[in-house]
Amino acid sequence: MKKTYSIFSLIKNSFSYHENWQRAWRDPEPKKKYDAVIVGGGGHGLATAYYLAKEHNLKNIAVVEKGWIGGGNTGRNTTIIRSNYLWDASAGMYDHALKLWEGLSQELNYNVMFSQRGVMNLAHNLHDVRELKRRTHANRLNGIDCEWLSTEQVKKFCPIINCSPNIRYPVLGSTLQRRAGTARHDAVAWGYARGADSMGVDIIQNCEVKGIKRTGDTIDGIETTKGFIQTSKIGVAAAGHSSVLANMAGIRLPLESKPLQALVSEPIKPIIDTVVMSNAVHAYVSQSDKGELVIGAGTDAYISYTQKGTHEVIEGTLKAILELYPIFSRLRMLRQWGGVVDICPDASPIISKTSIKGLYFNCGWGTGGFKATPGSGNLFAHTIAKDEPHKLNAAFNINRFVSGDLVDEHGAAAVAH
Amino acid sequence: MFIIKCPYCGERDHSEFNYGGEAHIVRPKQPTELSDDEWAEYLFMRKNIKGLQYERWNHSHGCRQWFNVARDTSNDKIHSVYKMGENPPK
Repeated sequence: MKKTYSIFSLIKNSFSYHENWQRAWRDPEPKKKYDAVIVGGGGHGLATAYYLAKEHNLKNIAVVEKGWIGGGNTGRNTTIIRSNYLWDASAGMYDHALKLWEGLSQELNYNVMFSQRGVMNLAHNLHDVRELKRRTHANRLNGIDCEWLSTEQVKKFCPIINCSPNIRYPVLGSTLQRRAGTARHDAVAWGYARGADSMGVDIIQNCEVKGIKRTGDTIDGIETTKGFIQTSKIGVAAAGHSSVLANMAGIRLPLESKPLQALVSEPIKPIIDTVVMSNAVHAYVSQSDKGELVIGAGTDAYISYTQKGTHEVIEGTLKAILELYPIFSRLRMLRQWGGVVDICPDASPIISKTSIKGLYFNCGWGTGGFKATPGSGNLFAHTIAKDEPHKLNAAFNINRFVSGDLVDEHGAAAVAH
Repeated sequence: MFIIKCPYCGERDHSEFNYGGEAHIVRPKQPTELSDDEWAEYLFMRKNIKGLQYERWNHSHGCRQWFNVARDTSNDKIHSVYKMGENPPK
């Protein structure tokens, strides 16, 4: 068992100049056989392993990761957490995640720096106003906190937004979810890794899956760069590379993997104490604890696994940012990066069994998987352990693309998810 | 970021073009006879290849012609460009 982090452990370790802290997780070689193997050591994969061990009493589990844990989209997103989705299925699932976020630091004994600073979604035209008011009502019917702010209230809540009626896309109002906010992305991966490891989960980094071996419709194991691992259950949480894994298993997924970019500015003093999103002009901003503005840009239209997007996308986002926040006009951008996101046709995720027994997929989170990390892992663990979905992820099965029972959040949330 | 050689106009920046998705997906000849599985396959399922992909592009801010491109999605390098109706290069 891991030693608990506390004020006492901090004091005790200060006497040895903090040189004797225990490793947060081991670095094991893979065993020959596991009860379940999770492919992908991002937040979703690590959370899945954590809940499998904790809630379903499965101890012989491995997480295999081709790079380092949290080095993919977990370390590349803009850390926004919210649950103000339109449809009942999404609202149920994302609010389940939000409720887990609210106790996560205590649960993991690891500070994930969850900050409920509120998330605003701005309306810029009459259609936006109707759509967002509808979403406000839908959220409240589902027990999710959401308020409608008038332009004056927007100005009061976040004074640096340009609320002039003379801009190209004037601010006509906004929704506000006060329970929403941000968290520290690395800490989420590390906290779940530490928690899972302390329950005996083997986290195996630098271990790429090269093939999925099966006999008929049952799983035999996975071929990896560290040798063959025998297992009867594989949970894939590989984000942008989900289709690559699906191709190994010989199944098809409705995904397209595209580059999504984000950028941060040079650090400045605290100026924006909430998260402001605008789907219509595609601009969203928050401020990190270091003082950098964290800005999410959009996806490029074409499939690419390069983790690089185009300059036009960033230019478009920054134009919108500058109109909404003229105060940022002389701010310099510090860093810019891309990740590969797997997008479903209905912009909702897949947490599902497949046609192959023992093979499960957790994918299609597209541009907004971070917010769901605890809920996604929790529900995926349930699906893997019981071989049937939890009622909260039943709607997110892979067969919805055959039945036509889609969870169409594209219209509800526009570009940002 | 890459340059696409339009078969009609020559080399142009990719921002002049619109992406049209995976190429060579043939619309079913008898839609009324398709099962739900076959519809799902046609409408939603994609190869989403990491590697050489055959895809459609439209020179929307130029000659407005559609054509096919063979591009490696792991590094965005374009291997060849060929016209609609032509078979993909081997």
